[in-house]
Amino acid sequence: MGDWLATNVLLQMKNIHKTFPGVYALKAVDFELRAGEVHAILGENGAGKSTLIKVLGGIYTADQGEIYIEGKKVEIKNVKDAQKNGISIIHQELVLVPYMTVAENIFLGREPMKGKFVNTSKMYEDAQQLIDSHGININAKSLVRNLTIAQQQMVEILKAISYNSKILVMDEPTSSISEKEVEFLFETMRNLTAKGVGIIYISHRMSELAEICDRVTVMRDGSYIGTKVVKETTNDELISMMVGRELKNYYTRDFQKDGEVILKCENISDHKMVKSASFEVKKGEIVGFAGLVGAGRSEVMKCLFGLTKEYSGEIYIEGKKVKIKSPSDAIKQGIAMVPEDRKLEGLYHIQSVRFNSTIEVLKEFIKGIMVDRQKEEEITQKYIDLMSTKTPSAEQSVGKLSGGNQQKVMIGRWLATNPRILILDEPTRGVDVGAKSEIYAIMNTLAKSGMSIIMISSEMPELINMSDRVYVMCEGRITGCLGHEEITQEKIMKLAAK
Amino acid sequence: MDRVASKNRKSSVALLLNCVTQWLKDNLGIIIALVVLCLILSLNPITKNTFLTVKNIFNVLRQISTNLFLACGMTMVIILGGIDLSVGSIIALSGCLAAGAVVRYNLPLGVALLVGVLFGLVFGVFNGFVISKTTIPPFIVTLATMNIAKGLAYVYTGGSPVRVVTKEWQFIGAGYIGSVPTPVIILIVVLIVTALIMNKSKMGRYIYAVGGNAQAAVFSGIKVSKVKFFVYAYSGVMAGLAGIVLASRMYSGQPTAGEGAEMDAIAAVVVGGTSMSGGYGKIGGTLIGGLIIGVLNNGLNLLNVNSFWQYVIKGAVILLAVFIDYIRQENKDKVKIEKNRFSN
Repeated sequence: MGDWLATNVLLQMKNIHKTFPGVYALKAVDFELRAGEVHAILGENGAGKSTLIKVLGGIYTADQGEIYIEGKKVEIKNVKDAQKNGISIIHQELVLVPYMTVAENIFLGREPMKGKFVNTSKMYEDAQQLIDSHGININAKSLVRNLTIAQQQMVEILKAISYNSKILVMDEPTSSISEKEVEFLFETMRNLTAKGVGIIYISHRMSELAEICDRVTVMRDGSYIGTKVVKETTNDELISMMVGRELKNYYTRDFQKDGEVILKCENISDHKMVKSASFEVKKGEIVGFAGLVGAGRSEVMKCLFGLTKEYSGEIYIEGKKVKIKSPSDAIKQGIAMVPEDRKLEGLYHIQSVRFNSTIEVLKEFIKGIMVDRQKEEEITQKYIDLMSTKTPSAEQSVGKLSGGNQQKVMIGRWLATNPRILILDEPTRGVDVGAKSEIYAIMNTLAKSGMSIIMISSEMPELINMSDRVYVMCEGRITGCLGHEEITQEKIMKLAAK
Repeated sequence: MDRVASKNRKSSVALLLNCVTQWLKDNLGIIIALVVLCLILSLNPITKNTFLTVKNIFNVLRQISTNLFLACGMTMVIILGGIDLSVGSIIALSGCLAAGAVVRYNLPLGVALLVGVLFGLVFGVFNGFVISKTTIPPFIVTLATMNIAKGLAYVYTGGSPVRVVTKEWQFIGAGYIGSVPTPVIILIVVLIVTALIMNKSKMGRYIYAVGGNAQAAVFSGIKVSKVKFFVYAYSGVMAGLAGIVLASRMYSGQPTAGEGAEMDAIAAVVVGGTSMSGGYGKIGGTLIGGLIIGVLNNGLNLLNVNSFWQYVIKGAVILLAVFIDYIRQENKDKVKIEKNRFSN
């Protein structure tokens, strides 16, 4: 951090208050962003990060407090105001139109005109120029739906830049892209800050802070807790600021030694992505699956869980060869799977926690048209308690819970089936620090009770600290297996990028 | 143990009460609309002597029964996230076939009725088969079968009604059991069966699950195609049933019967609060929706409103009912979201 930064204050938010009926969402929050810095905002879900961002973006108006941009006091009453003041927000969910081209998306709503018609050639020229000037390799004429998630994110960023934004807000931009793409994203961010743009960066991944961020502001329960220079702080300090207490044993794990082999897969191929994958899982083991996005980890599990019907290879459970051609076959064999994308593949959003918790075990309390409500409520409550899910009631719509609590409902749903083998695909994605730690503790307890867990993960610390063994995949093949003592980030990366 | 037993007894009474109050709460907007509509008709000087009579009420119920049969199937279809446009034409076809079975082939009444319902089932099964095995949108599939069924009805009858004059034939649609019209009894049975399937059975939960998030349902190990198949088959049977009841009421199978009936059924379902995007809805709401449309039709007739204008008024009322419900839900959601956003 050069000294010139200190004088280049781009944005100041002072004493921001915001209440919703019955809740104090922001209490006297201060925030400062300098030109050319990446400033992270950390906090658990519900800490008020997104409310603060929404106040800045003009989606909410603050009840009290002032916003200064380059020293001048500004009023931000709506999204237009925010745009006028050079603020752009890239939301967690991408909001591009899939069946339009990159250029059309960038210039949506402000297309260059020639008389009454859109000047198409100029639009594509301008867009391509903008893309090239940032050293990005995308064709302005490709349809957005044909791009990778990371490329789509680039388009979002370009769109934001094309408004000549000075302040860029990124809400969890790396939650759905691979390691390699993250590198690329960071490079783009560095290019922007070199040009004097200030970036506000929201992420759950602590490991990214050191790499890309200059300063970090921590929030908790709607209050401002403090701002630190990243180089002068530690992860432990930040975590204790976030949760308000010392989080001892962030990872809980009693490593297992040599149980009997419960699952053995041989030469699994799905003729698309997975190429002859063989692996085994022992009783009470947590087996990690590492690899880049697109390495075929989820695809192997989809074969094992019967979601992919056209696959070859053998599956043995407790030494017996089994046939799994559908999820219900897999469930009968005692396999459970919590999918990677709980929004898309897991939750029934408008339905209650009760509905979501019991959908796998209906036969335990529904006989024909006789519903044993009491049993149903007992099951629901049992897994709310076991997972310590925070929900106002069992009748709450699951879509309205926080990410961590949604994930707990998902895991609880599958635990209710009493599985022998539990597959967790990215179990802590979009889950805040406190809930993460709780999920780790639950995984440890389950493994100790003899359940075998397969954990696909893109988070190195999680793989290193939780796995008895890690299989690494690359381009559809299993390229290696590391025992607990030998797992390091370097070894995993070497195998993953073979 | 005693405590548990008494708790059980208490809870079953409480549960029933709970159900009723929940039903009232869920449908408050449209129940008020229905009550207001009835009040207007029973206080209006032109209709006050005719509307609130047992005869007229039974008449209304008899008229709406066909629509509600369809609406029962349609509620499931829409909750599943689909649509069934073929039901109106199935009414015509199954009515004509049943009437034809009696008149042309001298088959006994029971067999004729079975033929009607069976053809409804056949079309429903066909819809279900195509929709569950392919990715062709239900709108297109049922648009096609709508035309096929209608065409077959015309082909079979040559375009003119198949008249049936026997007394027994009229029993189903125009007769009485005790002093209650037969279709009303059938309707009560159908409503109960549908409500039981939707609220009490595993299939019911699966319908909500598939409609709410089809991909999650696959991951849940739910046999999605089986659920779709069942729902469209059920809708077909309901249409077949509606067909024979209507044909019986009109003393004939008519190829023009049931035209636009699918739209009335969709209107009843939507006014009843079911979400067109699937995953949410209740059969209790559909009942109220059907009643509103039925009472409105009846009232406009009693008031001697020009039948052309009746369409205009009906359309406006449907929009208004859905709009009121929309505002109510929107406000409820807002309060809930803001309350919950920070509590967890």
